[in-house]
Amino acid sequence: MEDNKSPIMDRIAEANKAATTGIDAKDIKNWITIHIMGKAYKVPADLTILTAMEYAGYKFVRGVGCRQGFCGACATVFRKKGDYKLQTGMACQTRAEDGMYLVQIPFTPAEKAIYDITKEPYEASIFIKYYPEVTRCVSCNTCTKACPQDLEVMDYVQAAIRGDFDSLSDVSFDCIQCGLCAMRCPAEIVQYHVAQLGRRMFGRYGQGVPDHLRKRVKEITEGKFNEEMDKITSCSTEELRKIYTEREKEPE
Amino acid sequence: MNTTKETKSKSAENMKFPYYPGCTLKTTAKNFETSAIATARALGVELLEIPRWNCCGTVFSLAQDDLIHHVASVRNFIRVQEMNDYGLVKNENRLVTLCSMCFNTLKSTNRRMKDNAEDLKKINDLMYREEDYKGSVEVLHFLELLKSLGYDKIRDKVTKPLKDLKIAPYYGCMILRPKEIAIDDPEDPTIQKDLLEALGVSVIDTPYKKVCCGSYQTVKDKYIVAELAYDILSHARKKGAEALTTVCPLCAFNLDQRQQAVKEKHPDFEEMPVFYITQLMTIAFGLNKEVYGFEQNYVDPKPLLKSKSLIED
Repeated sequence: MEDNKSPIMDRIAEANKAATTGIDAKDIKNWITIHIMGKAYKVPADLTILTAMEYAGYKFVRGVGCRQGFCGACATVFRKKGDYKLQTGMACQTRAEDGMYLVQIPFTPAEKAIYDITKEPYEASIFIKYYPEVTRCVSCNTCTKACPQDLEVMDYVQAAIRGDFDSLSDVSFDCIQCGLCAMRCPAEIVQYHVAQLGRRMFGRYGQGVPDHLRKRVKEITEGKFNEEMDKITSCSTEELRKIYTEREKEPE
Repeated sequence: MNTTKETKSKSAENMKFPYYPGCTLKTTAKNFETSAIATARALGVELLEIPRWNCCGTVFSLAQDDLIHHVASVRNFIRVQEMNDYGLVKNENRLVTLCSMCFNTLKSTNRRMKDNAEDLKKINDLMYREEDYKGSVEVLHFLELLKSLGYDKIRDKVTKPLKDLKIAPYYGCMILRPKEIAIDDPEDPTIQKDLLEALGVSVIDTPYKKVCCGSYQTVKDKYIVAELAYDILSHARKKGAEALTTVCPLCAFNLDQRQQAVKEKHPDFEEMPVFYITQLMTIAFGLNKEVYGFEQNYVDPKPLLKSKSLIED
C-alpha cells in the first residue's frame, strides 16, 4: 500500500508505539502489577493505563484516539487495590498503579435520537420528546462523579429538565462525549447526547448569529475567496504539500 | 423617576427568602412564578432562587426502603444551607415554594429526615461530596408566607379591589394532605379565602374545593380528569362562581387545559377561567400587566376581567 509510506501514516504508527518501545527491560527499575480483565501483568511503573495495557500486549484499534485527553475515545473503568470504589477516567490520562483492576470501555451503547432542530420548538419539551428518560433523574450525582472532565453533569441534566438551554450549554461545554456518565447512570439517561441536543438548540435559537460570522458569510457569498479557492483546488498534491508546510503559522 | 428610586431603596430593605421554583414553574407555569415574584416584591419580600437547585423528586415516595427518591429533596436543602453559608440570605432557613407538588414532596421528605436520623445519615453518606444536611430547613408554602405577613398588610397594598369578582378557591390535595404537613385545616381550609377577601373578592365556598382533580391520571386518560374537572367547575358555577383560583400547576392544568376534553364529553359546558391566586394579586395591587401572564392560561380570563373593569385590554 502506497499510503503506508506517507509521513502521516508513519507519524500515526510512531504515536501508537508503546511508550517503552526501544527501552530494554533490564534498564527499567520500577515495576508494578496490574490486572487486565482478571489477568495479572507486570508492567513498568510510570505508564498511563493505555500505555501499560499496550506494554502488556494489547493493541487498540477502537477505544483509543488522540492520546491527549481531548477526544474521549479511551474511556476506562478501574478499581484500585484495597478500595471498593469503582473509578472512571480516560486511559491516556490516568496513571497505572500497582494492583489496579482494569478494563477498557471502547464504546457506550446508546441510541442517538434523530431530529431536525429547525423543526423543533425551543422548549424543554424537546428533551422529553427525544430523551424522555431525563425525567427519571433522582439527583444522585453519580454522573458527575464519573465525569473525567469534572463537569457538573447532574446540574446540566437538571437544566435540561427545566429547559434552561443557556445553563446546559455552559455547564456541558467541555464534554468529550466519552459516555462514562451514561454507563454509570442508574436512571439510564444518556447525558452526553442530551447535552449535545441542548447545545445545538442553544446555538440555533439561544445565541443568535454573531456579527463576525454574518460578515464572513456575506464575504464568502460575494465571492471574496473564490480566486484563492480556485488556485488551491487546481494545485497538484506536491504543490499543496509545499503550501501547507510553508504556511503562515500562528505563534506558539 | 421618583418611583424607581423609591422601589430601589425599598428593595434594599426587602426580606430575603430562599425560593425553590421547581421545573414546572420554569416551563408550563411561568405565569405562576412571574406573578408570585412580582407580588412578593410589592410586599417587600425578595424570593431568591436557590442556586443549582434540582428537581424535588416530583412525588414523595411512600415506600419505607426507597431512600434514593428522597436524595433530590435533601440536596435542595443543602443548597439552602449554602445560601446561608455564603451570605445570600441571613439566617433564613425558611424555604419558600410555590408549586403544591414540590411543596408536598419537599416538606414530606424534610419531615422524614428530621424524624429519622438513620435515613438522614444514609443520604448524607451517599452525598459525600456535599456538606451534610443538618435538618434545619423549614419548608414553607407561599400562601403561608403571605399569611405570616398579615392580611392587613396585603389589604393596604390593594389599589384595585376585586369586589365584583366571584371566585371559588380550589385547594386540591398537595397542600392539605397528609394532615401532618398541611398548611391549613385539611377538612375546611380557609387560607385562600382569607387572602382573597383581603383583595376584596366575593369568595364562593364549595365542598368541591378539596376534591382531587385527578392528578397524574391526566397522562394516562384525560377523560378521567375531565369528569372530575366537570364536577368541580360546574358545581362552582352553580354556586355563582365566575372563576377558580389554585396554587398548583397540575391542578391548573387539569382544571384549565382539560376543559377542552370536558367540552368533548359535555357539549353544554361553559368555560370558566382558572387563575393562580397570585395573578389576581397582581391585578389588585395594580402591578404592570406584563406580570399577569394570561397568555399561559387556556381559558382566557381577560373577558371576565374586562367586564368588571379590572383590566383595560
